[in-house]
Amino acid sequence: MQLAVNIAVLAAIYALISCGYVLIYRVSRVLSLAHGELMMLGAYGLAATASLFSGHPLVAIVASAALALLVGFLVYGVLMWRMTGESVLAAVLATIALGVLLRGAMVLFFGTQTRYPLQELGWANVSIAVGESARISAAGLVLVLGTAAVYGGLFLFLHASRWGIRMRAAGQNPLLAAQRGIRLHGVYALAWGLATFTGGMAGMLITCDAGIESTLVTIGLKAFPAALVGGLDSLLGALLGSVIVAGAEVLLINFVDPLLSDVVPFFVLLAMLVIRPWGLFGTREELDRV
Amino acid sequence: MSVPKSSGYFRTSYQRDQALLDTRTQKICFGIFALAACAYPFLAGAFALDLANQVLLASIGAVALMLLTGYAGQISLGHAGLLAAGAFTTGILFKEFGAQFWVTLPASAAVGALIGLLFGLPSLRLRGLYLAVSTLALHFMVIHAGQEYETRRGHSTGVVIDSPISDPRAWYFVLLAAAAATLLFSLNLLRARTGRAWRAIHGREAVAEALGINVKAAKLSAFVVSCTLTSVAGCLFAYYRGFVSAEAFSLYLTIQYVAMVIIGGIGSLLGAILGAIFVVLFPYAIEALMAALGLAERFSSMIFAVNYTAFGLAMLLFLVFEPQGLVGIWRRIQAWFLLWPFRQKPVGK
Repeated sequence: MQLAVNIAVLAAIYALISCGYVLIYRVSRVLSLAHGELMMLGAYGLAATASLFSGHPLVAIVASAALALLVGFLVYGVLMWRMTGESVLAAVLATIALGVLLRGAMVLFFGTQTRYPLQELGWANVSIAVGESARISAAGLVLVLGTAAVYGGLFLFLHASRWGIRMRAAGQNPLLAAQRGIRLHGVYALAWGLATFTGGMAGMLITCDAGIESTLVTIGLKAFPAALVGGLDSLLGALLGSVIVAGAEVLLINFVDPLLSDVVPFFVLLAMLVIRPWGLFGTREELDRV
Repeated sequence: MSVPKSSGYFRTSYQRDQALLDTRTQKICFGIFALAACAYPFLAGAFALDLANQVLLASIGAVALMLLTGYAGQISLGHAGLLAAGAFTTGILFKEFGAQFWVTLPASAAVGALIGLLFGLPSLRLRGLYLAVSTLALHFMVIHAGQEYETRRGHSTGVVIDSPISDPRAWYFVLLAAAAATLLFSLNLLRARTGRAWRAIHGREAVAEALGINVKAAKLSAFVVSCTLTSVAGCLFAYYRGFVSAEAFSLYLTIQYVAMVIIGGIGSLLGAILGAIFVVLFPYAIEALMAALGLAERFSSMIFAVNYTAFGLAMLLFLVFEPQGLVGIWRRIQAWFLLWPFRQKPVGK
């Protein structure tokens, strides 16, 4: 039972992170390898607003969420728009360089001490019993519920709202979309904003459990296989891929070797690349196959 | 090659067209450079010598990655994993069997070739982003294998290796010879059939195949050659440092090597070397700059964070404003002198 709960929480973490990868890739065909760092920035944002609005935890949360959205727009507006239409390699490298830059800058601004945003908000992380033998932390529960809410919201947004439909159109065929009067830069910026927002949410919720540490970046990178297993341009795939990767990871750690934790997602990734490179729900013809 | 030569210069035979050193000026320049390189260790201090050794080591890896990414057009994000493979092969053979230099070096090369084949296999089916991701995954596998060895055998902090060479001057000449051999090997490979095939694949695979190039074999050969060279560099790295540890081969090292290729200028061996010099010297330059500005005291505990920030920024600036890299700047300077007093090549010539 505890295993199932662990898998659910880990799957929720991966799902919340990987929807950022999927959003950016689906809309602009760019793989963002700075996602882990952006997550961490979101977490630091929460810690900063928590001490700024001390005594008003809800205000702090809303402010930090808005901040994450703003950071995403800024990343596109300052840097990534220059990479639109450049080669795949250039865009990926730009995100890698951004990640290195952010990692350094965050240490410079926030120091190396582990911080606990939840304490700074003035809340405690209680442990809740699930069923008879399993327990889940309050932050973990919020994480699972939050992931469900984010996926539901994204689904509605992409299928029912005007901007969501524009985003899907731009992802499908940028040239035609632009000719129909869709502002590509606006759509791409929105994708980056939303991806950073969800990534920031993931960062905030994970750090409520574990505190802000440099391992957060590794978690961000480990969520990428989840996105790829499901198919890089499918949100449903990302959800399913997260469950698969999280399940494999938790079970292998439990029954084989705890040291495997960092490589299991990449094992799954390689297996997927060999068998079905475009993922479970990905679009086959989009893949640059030889 | 693309730089226009001054007037009165003709290539009248195929041999001359393929020659590595063509004009007399080039030969004289090369001679001066070779002399300077040989004289360097007798003039430089211990610190400068260590820097030069690091640059030479890095340039072997950078040239290897340039062959793969810059010429054959296959993206690899697993370079640190390969260095680790070479270093760990050396470390394990030394620790477990007490193997000598002449055993570990070929063994590292063999392991590198094998892993190269493994890294290359996904490239037969995948391209671009997906290939990069698969090499990234392989990087984590190799590092994990290294860590596993460390913990299983109780060398949790790393493996200590006794080096047969301890004098930094002797090291300088060994590394200089290794780097020169790598460069010569790469130059010869690139002007031969293999190199032309790689460039054709980089240009367009379908056309390369139509021209009768065995695309699969050429891709695999690019991976094998590049990985073997990198693994040998890893072996030298292990001896030079006298210490092998999985922590030394982080993803950041891969990023540094990719940055060498990008900052140097994609598709140029000169670029790989310039990039290696830039990336190796960069942190020391930052440190010197901080000391000069009087900020060293304030940031002394966070010097690595300053390095990260500045390095990321430098990489971004190159990607956005100088995609041709240092070689692009160098070529512009060359062209400026060659064309002077004109600004550009007159039309119709």
